[in-house]
Amino acid sequence: MAGEDELKLLGTWASPWVSRVKLALHLKGLSYEYVEQDLDNKSDLLLTSNPVHKKVPVLIHNGKPICESVVILEYIDEAYGTTGPSLLPTDPYERAIARFWVDYIDQKLVIPWKVAFTADGEEEKTEGIKQMLAVVQTLEGALKECSKGKPFFGGDSVGYVDIALGGLLAFLQGTEELCGTKPFDIANTPLLLAWVERFTALDAAKVALPDVTKLVEFAKTKRAQMALSIKK
Amino acid sequence: KSIDPTNSTAMAGEKGLVLLDFWVSPFGQRCRIALAEKGLPYEYVEENLMAGKSDRLLRSNPIHKKIPVLLHDGRPVNESLIILNYLDDAFPDTPSLLPSDPYQRAQARFWADYVDKKVYDCGTRLWKLKGEPHAQARADMVEILKNLDGALGDKAFFGGHAFGFVDAAFAPFTSWFHSYEKYGEFSVAEVAPKIAAWAKRCGERESVAKSLYSPDKIYEFIGVLKKMHGVE
Repeated sequence: MAGEDELKLLGTWASPWVSRVKLALHLKGLSYEYVEQDLDNKSDLLLTSNPVHKKVPVLIHNGKPICESVVILEYIDEAYGTTGPSLLPTDPYERAIARFWVDYIDQKLVIPWKVAFTADGEEEKTEGIKQMLAVVQTLEGALKECSKGKPFFGGDSVGYVDIALGGLLAFLQGTEELCGTKPFDIANTPLLLAWVERFTALDAAKVALPDVTKLVEFAKTKRAQMALSIKK
Repeated sequence: KSIDPTNSTAMAGEKGLVLLDFWVSPFGQRCRIALAEKGLPYEYVEENLMAGKSDRLLRSNPIHKKIPVLLHDGRPVNESLIILNYLDDAFPDTPSLLPSDPYQRAQARFWADYVDKKVYDCGTRLWKLKGEPHAQARADMVEILKNLDGALGDKAFFGGHAFGFVDAAFAPFTSWFHSYEKYGEFSVAEVAPKIAAWAKRCGERESVAKSLYSPDKIYEFIGVLKKMHGVE
């Protein structure tokens, strides 16, 4: 195979969406150049690579940009189909189920989490927590169905849904401190608790996920800054 | 309550393709267009959403309780773009909606996702809101159409020579253009001339012509929605 294969990832250290891409790249055994972005002062490279959303992550493969974490994950699986493990299942129906759960996580988990994290009023916060926990409960059921007794959503090995949820893990682990509630507990979500332990033990997770303490501190600072700027 | 998305016991014995849909839904229309483009026969089931949700719909999509739902031999696939992906995966001997090159596929997924994130919600803001928020909605819609215009470029379809994934995803909204123009007081032909020409081209395809309702009908439907939401 002629020529060099160049992968560059534009990201921010705290972003769970960027973590997803890092996880996928590590699991596939792909080397890449990581370029930390300053979102308050966006680089020319970021703006030309993602003119529509101006966001991270952006994966640049041999100079060509791919944007949106979910699109990037599918791209990595397809462009490197013969490298490392497959991220998506091969069966069409199982692929549809995996895509459904990733879409569910993106549609349903993030918003109530943010409400629980940033809400001023007690009522609003309680509602956010309630909704978030309901979503987590549904994901417990999803894990049961998808794993069929095996360690991951993807079965024996880490798959698309594992990566999509895994990218959020540092935030999930910081949820008690940030939102005032544990997202997982032994009574309601025993499978997810076990999954978290398994996932965080992976080499890919150790490299791709930010340090929880650092993340919690960062998130708290950002929240305080936002609160201040709203009051102005 | 089982959240088993396969729900195989409930609908065992049903063979073939069934689409649970709502006549005017652009998300449902995408699926109709895709099925027609692929020459796949299916049973169309109109869900009268105005009169509540059928048991079948609630069993097939217990999590979102929305149409469209594609049932394939009794097993449900939910979310319109997931359905489109599924049709490509499950029926590889039919014309592909997605291109074969991984980078082109990523571009197609990105723009279909963009349509999903932006068009319907912005359109809703256009007919629902007044004053400053309405002006913002108008500016947003113009930007959305300009971005899509740029993405289309000089190609006949988003997919290139062939009608594809993004075309199927966005074509249903062409019947909403007239309403967007009236509520937004702008002209699609002026702000996004390539999109306007593309819309015409799409309308000439049997799959699209048979799936869409007239712009006047859509305008009338929006009038109904406005009444429902108590908008003047």
